[in-house]
Amino acid sequence: MKFSWLRVYSWLYLVFLFAPVFLLPLFAFNEGTIIAFPLQGFSLRWFAALLDNQSLHEAVGNSLTIAVTVAVASTALGIFAARAATRYDFRGKGAMIGLIMLPLVMPEVILAVALLVVFLQIALPLGMVAIILGHILVCTPFCIAILNGAFLSLDKSLEEAAYDLGETRMSTFRLIILPLVMPGIISSLLIAFIISLDEFIMAFFVGGTTVTLPIYIFSQLRFPAGLPVIMALGTILVCLSILLLSIAEYFRRRGVARTGAKDTGGFL
Amino acid sequence: MADGARAGRFTRSQAFSGYVMISPPFLYAVLMLGAPLVAVIVLSFLTDGSGGQRIIPEFTTANYAEAWADPLNRLLWMRSVFVSLMVTLATVILAFPIAYYISFVVRPEKKSLWLFLITIPFWTSYLIRVFLWKVILGYSGVVNSALLGLGIIDEPLQWINYNVGAVILTLAHAYAPFAILPIFVALEKIDRSLLEAGQDLGESKAMTFLRVTLPLAMPGVIGATLIVFIPTVGDYVTPQLVGGPEGRLIANMIQLQFLKLDNYPLGSAISVTTMVIVGVISLLFLLANRRFLRGQR
Repeated sequence: MKFSWLRVYSWLYLVFLFAPVFLLPLFAFNEGTIIAFPLQGFSLRWFAALLDNQSLHEAVGNSLTIAVTVAVASTALGIFAARAATRYDFRGKGAMIGLIMLPLVMPEVILAVALLVVFLQIALPLGMVAIILGHILVCTPFCIAILNGAFLSLDKSLEEAAYDLGETRMSTFRLIILPLVMPGIISSLLIAFIISLDEFIMAFFVGGTTVTLPIYIFSQLRFPAGLPVIMALGTILVCLSILLLSIAEYFRRRGVARTGAKDTGGFL
Repeated sequence: MADGARAGRFTRSQAFSGYVMISPPFLYAVLMLGAPLVAVIVLSFLTDGSGGQRIIPEFTTANYAEAWADPLNRLLWMRSVFVSLMVTLATVILAFPIAYYISFVVRPEKKSLWLFLITIPFWTSYLIRVFLWKVILGYSGVVNSALLGLGIIDEPLQWINYNVGAVILTLAHAYAPFAILPIFVALEKIDRSLLEAGQDLGESKAMTFLRVTLPLAMPGVIGATLIVFIPTVGDYVTPQLVGGPEGRLIANMIQLQFLKLDNYPLGSAISVTTMVIVGVISLLFLLANRRFLRGQR
């Protein structure tokens, strides 16, 4: 390992990326009420305060319901899109996939405003259902990106062998394709869950009076007294998402290994 | 009979299966994305109502006239585009070396670990991450405490928080993986023997980089630029939390029109104008760089 500026730079860049994440536990376990240095000794009281906070519990419940529904729905839509994109050729494919992937590169505030306008027009009540519909729109492109990788590495001859042996389209999908892409599906479910759990702008616009976890956090950031509790909450959320991401990454790699492809790494 | 046979052949064809497969996600995108965007455009040409009637269905271009005439909107548009350009520039320039490092220096079996590490901060709570930058840059924050402790400054710096610079730094942090990944993918695709050929033909390492690596990496750089530039124009949270009054962007104005002032037609006109500005800049950027994209895909 010889010294190189590029290596030093890369490690410094990682420090920059992780700086906020490292600070979080420092303030979460800090005795003082003010989020600033110097720190004032170890304390668990902010975590204890999380336990009997009724409005927080309600927000967590809402967010979990939304995130689970969104994860299942957008992964299901993602499976259709990824299968179509990787297996079939048809006119207008590029444009159709393009429209489906568009939310990935749209300013989110525009998506949120557009949905708000339509929901009010068709008199859909703002709330959980509206947030779920919006989140599916945001999450599906991410699911497709992950699932494309899983479907792309499928060997077409396995499928043809199943047809030759008398399996139908449905049974081939269930017996051959689904098991092979299962790791990709699990990874897609987890990523959609994480995105939905953390999504703020869409929920803020179309949620009406429904409070999700990010909306709760946003409302608390204005009150200095509530901040240490938010830091404790954030620490838990960071640990949770690192755990879920590690599981997702494990399954993604296993999926790549199972289909015998070379691992090029990374989500997105 | 002939028609039936033809229809039967079509239903068993590749294309038909493809359309069946794509239709659920495509219909969802049409209903939840296409239709709403059309609705916003239509709404921007209608008249704002009051009281019980939110919108009066009368055609008008007054919303655009009002939106464009307001000096505050013009300031916010210019500032949003400026901030986005700065964020994009900073993010892409900072991201290139690390993408290069992962692609060319890191051993193949370690590559996915590096990419995984880079994406982790991106998946942690966006609101809290943005807020922590406020803590890092704040009056008694990490930077000021460190500089005071080291005796470099006598009193806390105030110009590093609640301004456009803080917004740029925070956004550059938030969008880092979006810039690194496309550049990394482009670098991975480069045939390594081209680089050896360059050096065998007597080019220096620096010249090989400039004349072979960089042009071949351009599709990734262009992708990174667009994927950072477009969403940052519409970012709402960061200016709201770390921007202060000097750092508000156009998304804050859109939110104000829709959720506070209840003027949907004017808000729609501002949204449509923002989309057009973003679209035109992106197209100009693509046109300026089209020679790098030719023959790719």
